[in-house]
Amino acid sequence: MTAVPVLVPPLPTRPSAEPRRLRPGPEALVRPTVIFAAAAAVTGLAFLATALSGTFGYVVCTYFVFVALFAWDTVRREGRTAGWDRVVTVAVATCGLCTIVPLAIIVLYVVTKGIGGLSGNFFKQSMASVGPLDPSSQGGAYHAIIGTVEQVGLAAMIATPLGLLTAVYLSEAEGMARPGKKPRLSRTVRLLVDAMSGIPSIVAGLFIYTMFVIKLHQGYSGLAAALALSVLMLPTVARTGEEVMRIVPGGLREASLALGAPLWRTVLRVLMPAARSGLVTAVVLGVARIAGETAPLLMTALGSDAVNKNPFHGVQSALPLFAFQRMRNAAPSEISRGWAGALVLIALVLTLFTLARVLGSHKRKGA
Amino acid sequence: MTAPGDDLQITLPEPSTANLNGRATRPAVEASALEARDVKAWFGRSLIVADVNLAMPPGSVTAIIGPSGCGKSTFLRVLNRMHELTPGARLAGDVLLDGQDIYATGSRPARMRLQVGMVFQKPNPFPTMTIGENVLSGLRLAGISVGDKAQVVESRLGQAGLWTEVKDRLREPAGSLSGGQQQRLCIARSLAVSPKVLLMDEPCSALDPSSTKRIEETIRQISTSVTVVIVTHNMQQASRVSDYTAFFLADQGDPGRVVEFGPTREVFSTPNDPRTEDYIHGRFG
Repeated sequence: MTAVPVLVPPLPTRPSAEPRRLRPGPEALVRPTVIFAAAAAVTGLAFLATALSGTFGYVVCTYFVFVALFAWDTVRREGRTAGWDRVVTVAVATCGLCTIVPLAIIVLYVVTKGIGGLSGNFFKQSMASVGPLDPSSQGGAYHAIIGTVEQVGLAAMIATPLGLLTAVYLSEAEGMARPGKKPRLSRTVRLLVDAMSGIPSIVAGLFIYTMFVIKLHQGYSGLAAALALSVLMLPTVARTGEEVMRIVPGGLREASLALGAPLWRTVLRVLMPAARSGLVTAVVLGVARIAGETAPLLMTALGSDAVNKNPFHGVQSALPLFAFQRMRNAAPSEISRGWAGALVLIALVLTLFTLARVLGSHKRKGA
Repeated sequence: MTAPGDDLQITLPEPSTANLNGRATRPAVEASALEARDVKAWFGRSLIVADVNLAMPPGSVTAIIGPSGCGKSTFLRVLNRMHELTPGARLAGDVLLDGQDIYATGSRPARMRLQVGMVFQKPNPFPTMTIGENVLSGLRLAGISVGDKAQVVESRLGQAGLWTEVKDRLREPAGSLSGGQQQRLCIARSLAVSPKVLLMDEPCSALDPSSTKRIEETIRQISTSVTVVIVTHNMQQASRVSDYTAFFLADQGDPGRVVEFGPTREVFSTPNDPRTEDYIHGRFG
C-alpha cells in the first residue's frame, strides 16, 4: 500500500476546527421568535395607548406587525431577495395553518362535546323506547349506525362500479373510438357528469322520492336512501377516477396494446393496476362525500327510532339523521346524544379513510 | 435516383446470401415478409410521410435512418397500427403482412399486433408486475395460455441477453432494473408472444454502449426467426445490425420520403443519392 504512487494531487486538508455545513437547525427559529415577541409587545402597547381593542384584532395586527418587522430585519441583514423569501415563506405557512386549524377545531369540538354521550349503551341500544327526558345512560345510536353502514355500503356498491367504468370510458374514449373519428359521446358524458356533481343533495333526494318512493310505490327504505346517495357519489368517483387514469404513463398503454392485448385487457390488467391507489382514493372521496349527507335521507330513509336491519324495506335511521333529529330537542341528554352521533360518524369516516389508504398504498410488488 | 415526389419505384434485391451483411441465408421459417405500399400518414392536416414503398423480406433486419422529424417513427407505427391510436392520425396506402393487408376491413388490430411486436424508445416495463410477470405479460394480456411458464421466461430472457443477470430476481419488481436491463426486459416481453415481425423505435437511444451492444447482439440472434425493422439515429448501429437500410428525409415543409433504400452495404458504401452520402458522412442532420 505504501508504494502506490500518488497520481492525484492531495486534497487540501481542511482545518479540523471548520464547522460542518448543515442546514439551519432550531437555532434559526430564535430570531423570528424574538421578533414575534417584539411584534406582540409593540401591538399590545398600541392597543393600550389607543382606542383599538378586541382579541381577534390584536392577533391580526400582531401578525402583520410581525411580518413587517421580520421582513425589515431580514432585508437589513441579508438583502431584499431574502426578505421577500421570508415574507412569502410566512404567508404560505400561514395559509397552511389556516387550512388545518379549522379542521382541528371542528374535530376537537365534536370530540369534547360528543365524548360525554358515548357509553356502552350508545352502541347497543336504539331510541325505540327512550323518552325525551331519559338520561343519556339510556338509548343509543345502534339503529343509526346500522342504517349508515347499510346505506353507504349499498350506495358504494352501486356507484363504485358505475363510477369506475365511467372513469375508464372518459379516459379511454379516444382509444375506443373508430380510428380517425372523434369521440363525441365522451364529451357529452363528461359534461353531464360535471353537471351531476353540482346537483344539490336535496334534489337527489327529491328525485329518488318522486321516482322511486312514490312513482314506483317502493316506500321509504334504506335502499331508496342508498340510491339517492349513489347519485351524489357517482360524479365524484367518475371524475376523480378519470383524472387518475389520465396520469398513467401513455407508454404503458402503448406497450400493452403493442403486445397484442385488446383494449379491455389493457385497461383491466395494466392501466387500472397502475392507477390502483388513485382509484381507491377516488372511491374513498366518493364515500366521504355521501357519508355525512342528511338532506337526501329525509325523503328516502325518513329516519326512525327503532332498529331496522333490512335496508330494502321500511324506514331506517342514519347517523347524520340521528344527529339532526336529536339536536332538535331541547333536553341536554338528547343534545349530548346528537354530538355523540356526530362523533361516531366522524370516527367511521376516518376509519374508512385509513383503511382505504392502507389498502390503496399497499403495493403488492413494490415498484 | 429519382427526386422526391416522383413515383418512387424500388426494386428490391434478392434476400440472398451475398447481401446479408456477411451472414448466410437464414431459414426464414417463422418470420414474415412486411411490405408497405404507397403509405402516407397524417397528423391532423399535416402530411408526415408520403409515398413510402418498402419491402422487408422475411428474416431480414431493415434499418430506417434519417434526421429527426422525417417521419421514421410515424412510419414504423403505421406498420403495426399504433399510428391510428393517436388522436387526429390518418393514413393511406397498404401494409401487407405476408401478403395480407393489415388495414383490411375486419382485420383486428390486437390479433395483428401479436404478430408484429414493438419495442419503444423509452423502456416501459409494467411497473405493477415482477420481472417474470413482465415477460409473460404479453401472453397473459392476449389471453394465450402456455404450459411451461418458467421455460418461456428463461428462454425469452435468454434471447434478450438478460437471463444471467436476473435469474435470481424474477420476483422483484421490474422497476428495480437499470434502464438498459429494462429495455432488454421489454424485448424479452415482446419476443414472448412469438411475433413474426419486431419493430424497434430507437431502442438504444437511452442506453449506454454496453447495453446497446447486448441489444444489437439480440437483434442479430433473433433475426433468424423474426423480421426486424429498426429506427435508429446511430449510423454505426444501422451498418452493424441491418441487412437493408432505408434513408428517410423530409425537406422543409414537405413530408418525409424514402430517399434511398437498398442493401446496407451499398447504401453505406456507394449510395445513389448525394444526400444519403452527405447524411451518412455527417455533413448534415
